[in-house]
Amino acid sequence: MKTLPRRSVLTGLAAGSALALGGLPRFVQAQSAAPIKLGFQLHRTGIGAAYGRWYERTAQAALALVNAQGGINGRPVEILFEDDGTDPKRGAEVVEKLTTQHGCDLIFGPLFSHVVIGSAPRAGELKVPYLVCSEGYHVASGMLNRWTLQPGITDVRAQVSSMAPWVTQTLGKRVTMVFPDYAFGHDHRDFFTEAVKAQGGEVIAQIAVPPTETSFTRYFPQIPAETEVLYHVMVGPAVLTFVKELGEFYGSGDRPQIFGFIDSLEAVDLAAPGLEFLEGTYFWEAHNRVKQADAPEWEATYRAAVGVDDNGASVSDARDVATYSHMFSVWETLFTIKKGMEAAGYQSPADRQKFVEALEAMTTFDAGLDHVQGAKVFNGKTHQVFGSQFISKVEGGKLMRVHQTSIADGQYPDAVDYTAQSF
Amino acid sequence: MGTGPLLLLATLEGTVMAAVLALAAVGLSLSFGVMRVVNVAHGEFFMLGAVLAWAVAQAVPSAPLGFVAALVICPVLVGALAYAIDAGLLRRLKHDPEATIVATIGLSYILQQGALSLFGPDARPVEAPFTLRLQLPWFGYSGYKLFVVVAAALVLLAVWWVMTRSRAGLVMRATQIDRATARAFGINVDRVYAGTFALGAGLAAVAAVLIVPIQQAHYLMGHDPLLLSFIVVIIGGLGSIRGTLIAALVIGLADGILSMLYPPTLAKIFATLAVALVLVFRPQGLFGARP
Repeated sequence: MKTLPRRSVLTGLAAGSALALGGLPRFVQAQSAAPIKLGFQLHRTGIGAAYGRWYERTAQAALALVNAQGGINGRPVEILFEDDGTDPKRGAEVVEKLTTQHGCDLIFGPLFSHVVIGSAPRAGELKVPYLVCSEGYHVASGMLNRWTLQPGITDVRAQVSSMAPWVTQTLGKRVTMVFPDYAFGHDHRDFFTEAVKAQGGEVIAQIAVPPTETSFTRYFPQIPAETEVLYHVMVGPAVLTFVKELGEFYGSGDRPQIFGFIDSLEAVDLAAPGLEFLEGTYFWEAHNRVKQADAPEWEATYRAAVGVDDNGASVSDARDVATYSHMFSVWETLFTIKKGMEAAGYQSPADRQKFVEALEAMTTFDAGLDHVQGAKVFNGKTHQVFGSQFISKVEGGKLMRVHQTSIADGQYPDAVDYTAQSF
Repeated sequence: MGTGPLLLLATLEGTVMAAVLALAAVGLSLSFGVMRVVNVAHGEFFMLGAVLAWAVAQAVPSAPLGFVAALVICPVLVGALAYAIDAGLLRRLKHDPEATIVATIGLSYILQQGALSLFGPDARPVEAPFTLRLQLPWFGYSGYKLFVVVAAALVLLAVWWVMTRSRAGLVMRATQIDRATARAFGINVDRVYAGTFALGAGLAAVAAVLIVPIQQAHYLMGHDPLLLSFIVVIIGGLGSIRGTLIAALVIGLADGILSMLYPPTLAKIFATLAVALVLVFRPQGLFGARP
């Protein structure tokens, strides 16, 4: 057998590595050129599928931008998506699989509160950072653990308490609430009722609807006649049925003022037949679906990146409406991960604890292309971020912003200090 | 809202539910009555009808036309699939009651995941063929929902006519009463079985097409109709079409009225309790023949 001369081997090796490095010039300064692996717990199927579709697109868009900017700590980033079926049991399995099997550095992305509550304990046991995009008060309430953080989206408690003054002063003081009968809906029930009371108003009826319900007309007679404001929030594949049947129920007769969470209409086209009655009603939005006249400069870049037009629908299919008031949280969470990993000098899963501590040390996020929804304040003790809320009115079939809360409007006393808990 | 209007709304909702339930349950009852096959995949045939209705309505540009096309095409497609499944799967198991239960459980997963893979996980709306809202003094009501009741009644009438007045019905009843004798008289029992299975699945698809303009087509939507259909069929008496219709009316109306006046869970409790009581005191069902 002919042996290779040592010199040619070395030359080849040098040329090869030069070539490899030349292909990825931006990542050369990293100690390890291996990609940072982020696990994404995705609601690709099940009742959260509409959110999952847009969360995946948003994550891909943010990932492309992060990598174009040089990755994290000079290393390329990749995201592994794993479907949890919007099911708490599978959620915990997905956390396990992403961590132990795929060796992901951290996990982010889940929205539905029952999945988050079902998965977070496993993340805590595996000691893997778990960054949720969920809105639930379960993070700041102290119910979860030190490994679970919510840096990308405000929670229901902050949302509803910051908007209650506007609702009671502008729309009326006698409120009836319709909400899904699980953790997320209970946050609405508890904190909006409390906030309305603080404003001198009263929630006169609370109508809980199972989240798997498919027919809603039967619930509407429970709405008392003296209701001034009907507050609705619904989730799942039947949201369109919910709003349609609400419209049929009131018809052209008298109806109270209607204030809804956009969740009742996320991924639903406002121009769908049967939704005409929504004209003149109000919605909470976290991020205006319709591009407003005073939109910041980065709004156009963000919309182009995630593939959403000025009406809030997919650029390739006008009927494919985005979950615009939620999906920004994925985008912002990924940029927060980048900041956190860079602040912690993150190299490997051994640095997971340092990463959580780096996030806990953060206090404010400036608005910009990395925080597209707006400026935010992060509370390291409660692991929860705070930001502004928007109230929009349906005018001419489009959601137009009529009110914006300040960040301070949504802040409340800490219920937990996660930093005092052990890892 | 006063008690009168409340009861009126509850009755309307209950009637719509009863109509759709009757269609779905008659299909299940047929395949059990004639074939002695407990079709666990029945709910998935319902789901398939709804999802296909969306696909058909997408392909046809105008809303009323899309709905009519779906109403004609989907039951035929689902029926054809059921025919093939009977010929290719259930016949090979010799329609053995236990084996077919297991087979249809597997089938239900295949159909559900197939719909997920082909049509995606999203809830798909289908436009109603017309928009008519009845404005009563106390509340508004969808005119389309009343159309569903009328349409379901017509289809059920047609099923009744086929079963009692047509040659096909005669052959099916003969097979139901005595398979061996029917075969001895030259009836092609295999074809009767496949036809019955197809008819049952087709009826579930009709129910689904009627319901999609109210609800949305979704790959997980087959579960509830299956459960309620079983409840109705057990109460009515396995294999008895008359019993199935009456039980559908009772369960539908009870669900409509109870869930309007009390928490909806109570309506489910009532339906389940009714099944339990029927099984204890009259195991053959209200109108079923004692085996």
